[in-house]
Amino acid sequence: MLKKKRNLLAAGILLLITLMTITASWWLPANALEINSTERLFSPSGEHWFGTDHFGRDIFAQTIVAARVSLIVGVTVALIATILGTITGLIAGYYKKADFIIMRIIDGMLAFPSLLLALALVAALGGSVTNIIIALSFSFWPVMTRIVRSAVLQINSVQYIEAAKTSGISDPVILTRYLLPNVLSPIIVQGTFIFAKAILAEAALSFLGVGVEPSTPTWGNMLQEAQIYISIAPWFSIFPGIAIVLTVLALNMLGDGLRDAFDPHAKSTKKTKRRRGTKQKYAA
Amino acid sequence: MLQYTVRRLVSIIPVMLIVSVIVFLIVHLTPGNPAYLILGEDSSPEAIEQLEAQLGLDKPMVMQFFDWIKNIFTGDLGQSIYSSEPVTQVIMERVGPTFSLMMMSMALTLLIAIPTAIFVVWRRNTVLDPLFTSASLVGASIPEFWFAMLLVLGLGVAIPIFPVAGYVPIAEGFFTWFYHLILPAFVLAAVEIGLIARMLRDGMLEAVNQDYTKTARAKGVKESIVLMKHVFSNALIPTTTVIGVTVAGLLGGTVIIETIFTIPGIGQLLIDSIHRRDYPVIQGVVLFIAAIYVVINLLVDLLYAFLDPRIRYD
Amino acid sequence: MLEVKQLKTQIDTNEGVVKAVDGVSFTVEAGQTVGIVGESGSGKSVLAHSIMQLNPVPPTFYPEGEIIFEGKNLLNLSERELRKIRGNEIAMIFQDPMSSLNPVFKIGDQLVEAVLTHQKMSRQDARARAVELLTDVGIPDPERRMNDYPHQFSGGMRQRVLIAIALACNPKLLIADEPTTALDVTIQAQILELMRDIQKKYGTAIIMITHDLGVVSQMADKVLVMYSGRIVEEGSVEDIFYRPSMPYTWSLLRSLPRLDAEAHERLINIEGQPPNLVSPPKGCNFHPRCPFSTEQCLEVDPELTVRGDGHFAACILSGQEFDSEKKRMEFADKKGVPQ
Repeated sequence: MLKKKRNLLAAGILLLITLMTITASWWLPANALEINSTERLFSPSGEHWFGTDHFGRDIFAQTIVAARVSLIVGVTVALIATILGTITGLIAGYYKKADFIIMRIIDGMLAFPSLLLALALVAALGGSVTNIIIALSFSFWPVMTRIVRSAVLQINSVQYIEAAKTSGISDPVILTRYLLPNVLSPIIVQGTFIFAKAILAEAALSFLGVGVEPSTPTWGNMLQEAQIYISIAPWFSIFPGIAIVLTVLALNMLGDGLRDAFDPHAKSTKKTKRRRGTKQKYAA
Repeated sequence: MLQYTVRRLVSIIPVMLIVSVIVFLIVHLTPGNPAYLILGEDSSPEAIEQLEAQLGLDKPMVMQFFDWIKNIFTGDLGQSIYSSEPVTQVIMERVGPTFSLMMMSMALTLLIAIPTAIFVVWRRNTVLDPLFTSASLVGASIPEFWFAMLLVLGLGVAIPIFPVAGYVPIAEGFFTWFYHLILPAFVLAAVEIGLIARMLRDGMLEAVNQDYTKTARAKGVKESIVLMKHVFSNALIPTTTVIGVTVAGLLGGTVIIETIFTIPGIGQLLIDSIHRRDYPVIQGVVLFIAAIYVVINLLVDLLYAFLDPRIRYD
Repeated sequence: MLEVKQLKTQIDTNEGVVKAVDGVSFTVEAGQTVGIVGESGSGKSVLAHSIMQLNPVPPTFYPEGEIIFEGKNLLNLSERELRKIRGNEIAMIFQDPMSSLNPVFKIGDQLVEAVLTHQKMSRQDARARAVELLTDVGIPDPERRMNDYPHQFSGGMRQRVLIAIALACNPKLLIADEPTTALDVTIQAQILELMRDIQKKYGTAIIMITHDLGVVSQMADKVLVMYSGRIVEEGSVEDIFYRPSMPYTWSLLRSLPRLDAEAHERLINIEGQPPNLVSPPKGCNFHPRCPFSTEQCLEVDPELTVRGDGHFAACILSGQEFDSEKKRMEFADKKGVPQ
């Protein structure tokens, strides 16, 4: 099973990065992030695996430490956007009147390319980890609302929901006990993708100089500094970038894997053809 | 179709209303007095007052909002604090490069994505298909700006084939214009190529096993024509809906690409204005991009309806 | 004209190799109508697609057999040579008219494509030919309807259009894969009548694939009964309906509602499921469901043997043995005694 292996690989990469960044303070040499004017822009070697930056700091150590903020931003944005999107999506899908108002607002917010909305919000709020999280959560939740709403609309008319309504069960119970568990799988899948997108967006904002404060190490901030040195110290640009690609790729793979696992119809095409049913292709 | 068009046109009104509210709020979300932020803490009270009056900040918020809406309708987006020029003029000066970049990216996207998808579906039983799927997944995971940096490193520094910065208007010669734009346009297109090619491939793989495809084969039509005519045309319809998403990606991407390749377009203007805290220009640019995006989405929806006879004749 | 010899069609799947068609032989003469009957899953559709080589390769493959059409073995032809036959000499219509027309092209264009694929003529002539074809299949106001899209036609009308497409090049053989299954009963009758008219007018041979014995009785000169990838009985309509010699055929007939049935007679379903084609049962494929099966049936895999002029059946019971078994069972049924 190639797919299973792929999911395991993705989960493994994420776990490794998370563990490395959490435990970093225990095993990284204490002076790795100190300014060292005698070791500026050293190329990768046995001592400095990823080379050093323009202050002589070890890039490997920086990449590990920077993962923390990047991951925290990603996971927080994914959580906030998911919670906001789930609540609004459930309400919009369940109450017809609220649906109209919520969806007009969502449509309006979706009229901005998501990076642009984040930029506008950061411009207003100013750059900091908290503000980036606010800005990105705000930019990503409308998509979640839409997905949850359409999932709710699909099962809203199913018999047992109808039965629950007529038997006098209160709305909050229907929403949380009956509807929510049934729309959980698209929420988890989309949440994973938002995690990935948030990491990319944070990196882009920081790279543009409007994101997290330059003093805080994030992958985007590292690349922002590395840009000037790209021709003389390409390793400075390459390694933090690889860290982003690996993390985001692992998340995207995981999201794909989860979607396949949740959705029996999205199995490999070979298998679909073989299913016996109304659309018999080979039998009959 | 006419009814659909009218309904779709009307639906723009609430969207643009929400958009203008959000853009209006940009200034008011700033912590503290925007005038202070713009002029700095140690500026004189008179200067602050004057700026407040210029921005209309001394009026009640609701009044400010109505003034702002009224001004939008008259084409007045205010005045740049940095250059004192009207915001509309500042934006219009920067539209050319962004428009060129977007057009070239879109053309590249379609030119590369369509043949790739057809080829992959044609060779669907080979190793090419899983290879393509993995590549598109990796492609979606690469930050645009980092990919730009790598290309600059590879094709601008290591093997200097392409210019890595600057923009030449088309008036100074088509070739130099094209030559300066091709690398940034390609970077901008890269992510969207993966998206569109993947969407087309999925649609085509579904259409390949449909009964109407079997009918075409049973007629004795060549497999290549079956794919390019019957299968492709059906996959194209759902793909058009992604073009809206693509345009959003391109619009967001121009901000990054213009900054890296120092192209004096709207994206660069936005970033510069954020650094300068030039709020009227920020508002103007955000509103402008959102409006363009809304119009493009409208056109995409109408195109979708036009391409699908089942909707067109309803 | 068409001779299928010991054809095997197999499909490679994760669960194993499906023996969808397992050594089938039959012939079709010019102008003849051959009915192929069987339950879903019996391999009749795969058989039809095999003749046109329309099964997707891979996973489908043809390990054995020959399909001789006018002296050429279709299994040995190149894709290019096959294309010259598809739609030109052998045409096919499919089960579901709702999905068999391309939704984004006009009916006229789809007809013109069928004409121009094999015939050299101007677009204008092709359109004229298309109008003629639509008239032949009974589409009113054909000139105007050329410019309509498939969704503007009803199911019956779409099947007419598909028949018109199939007739575009005057094929010698028309393979109809459950052409009426997806249609209303009244429309079914119209389509069958149309096919009979067409056959009279053009002299086309027809292979009619169906699970509906009623369709076969109206149309066929010769009937093949298929079960789990094999032909288990072959004969004229009279042979099959009045002198069935294979328990499966007999069971199929008993499951048909009859107008002359007496009030207390029950319809009798064939119990059980069609066999798994990956690992079919030992001995006779039908024995797990056969009301007359004996221990011998577990070991002997019966071949088709002669039961009369042009009448063949695959069963170890002789005609006489089978008749007495039938009588016993019918008697038991009438008495309502449980079997």
